Amino acid sequence: MEKTATQLRNERYSKYVDAVSPQTSAVKSLLHSFVLGGITCVIAQIVNDLFALAMPATEKEMIATFTLMTMVTVAIFLTGLGVFDKLARFGGAGLFLPITGFANAISSASMEFKAEGLIFGTSTKMFSVVGPVVVNGVVWSTLAGIIHLIIFGRIM
Amino acid sequence: MTIHKGDNCGFTQASAPILNGKRSIGVKKQTVFFQNPPKIIAGASVVTDRESKGPIGQYFDITEHDPKMGKKCFESAEITMMDKAVRKAVEKSGKRIGDIDAFMAGDLLNQITTSAYVARGLEIPFIGLYNACSTFTEAIAIGSMMISSGYYENILCSTASHFATAERQYRYPLEYGSQRPPYAQWTVTGAGCSVLSNKGEGPRVVAATIGRVIDFGINDLSNMGAAMAPAAMDSMTRLFKDTDTRPEDYDLILTGDLGKLGSDILRDLMREQGYELGQRYIDCGSLIYDVTQKCYQGGSGAGCSATVFNSYILRKINEGEYNRVALFATGALMSTQSCYQGETMPSISHGIVVER
Repeated sequence: MEKTATQLRNERYSKYVDAVSPQTSAVKSLLHSFVLGGITCVIAQIVNDLFALAMPATEKEMIATFTLMTMVTVAIFLTGLGVFDKLARFGGAGLFLPITGFANAISSASMEFKAEGLIFGTSTKMFSVVGPVVVNGVVWSTLAGIIHLIIFGRIM
Repeated sequence: MTIHKGDNCGFTQASAPILNGKRSIGVKKQTVFFQNPPKIIAGASVVTDRESKGPIGQYFDITEHDPKMGKKCFESAEITMMDKAVRKAVEKSGKRIGDIDAFMAGDLLNQITTSAYVARGLEIPFIGLYNACSTFTEAIAIGSMMISSGYYENILCSTASHFATAERQYRYPLEYGSQRPPYAQWTVTGAGCSVLSNKGEGPRVVAATIGRVIDFGINDLSNMGAAMAPAAMDSMTRLFKDTDTRPEDYDLILTGDLGKLGSDILRDLMREQGYELGQRYIDCGSLIYDVTQKCYQGGSGAGCSATVFNSYILRKINEGEYNRVALFATGALMSTQSCYQGETMPSISHGIVVER
């Protein structure tokens, strides 16, 4: 189909805007997220080791669960203090890919909509940011499970 | 950054040819010249700490240190902010709220609630307006028409925006750790109000250009400057052609909230139209924040042009530094839904010419 003059103009303008708009430096972003993501993981590992030291009789999986809970609590606490978003602005994916990002997304949304009350505000809007993560997590892991079942004949 | 220097990018060939100074039959001019130019007898602005630390911080009337202003939520704070600006402007004009014939206001929130709730407390006739961030000049333009035609004597024109409420409505929760692209802008937390009157002392609104909705196909919600620059170009060119003026005829040409990137694009677009904006052009968005304040390309929002105009600009006009100022507030007319539905960002810009 022949492009209209407006479409052609818009394409030209879009190219021009792409050329003049400043872009984020990939190297810098990667470096920042590497550093902050690394620090997050090191802290989690320290917490994990401390739990293992304090409770030698507990199973490994249980200790991992405790560590996750601690990290989530810390992330929510930092969100409440208004520090997390500043760290994440710097660290990017390094902070929002680990479970800390998930905790931040839920807690920030529930804080944001507190003004509309517990039911119509917090409860309704709590998953507004992480909703897509939850839905896609369930859908894709189900798919992965089915593929695994077909190939190996078992779920796990 | 590579900005075109005068070479023809060909962005405007597709739109209708623009009038060449003289009146063509069948094509109406977009600029209105007022027979009885109304005067801006007073203006007031309310901002928060961030704006008051900017380059023109000392010119604002009231600075709030708490962005929530002791209220339960940011929306209430925005209402209080506009209310304060309105009352301060009326006080500076030496009138009482009861002397005002109409309150014209707009903001960025759904159903322009901020303006409506302020109007509830004022108990005077209310005309609600919405043209996104260009609402301020829209209010001045329509208010001037109403006064010039003789039906109204005193009119209040006000707009407000709040960083927190705009973020919540258009983007993510405040504390959510997201990254913005470097071409994003920062919504101004502030409210401005002008008092227009047929009597009294003050700069006159001599002409107004009502803009057309222009869409150059930008669909990146963060790149507001690039989406709005063509609208500013369109209205600005119309004003120059309709009034047979050139940028040199104005002491100052302002745009509302294009930001640094947007104003660079506008300079390019205007150069293509044969107008060199040069040193007399500045953008309210790039004026309000300092480069060190980490506000990306500068300020945006309905409060941006309103606070800058009602503080710094109005003062400088009154002091005689500028004799003729053209202000083009720019607005992007999309919603968050429309962009997810695959629509692009249509924009508009209304211009006013203020003379001392």
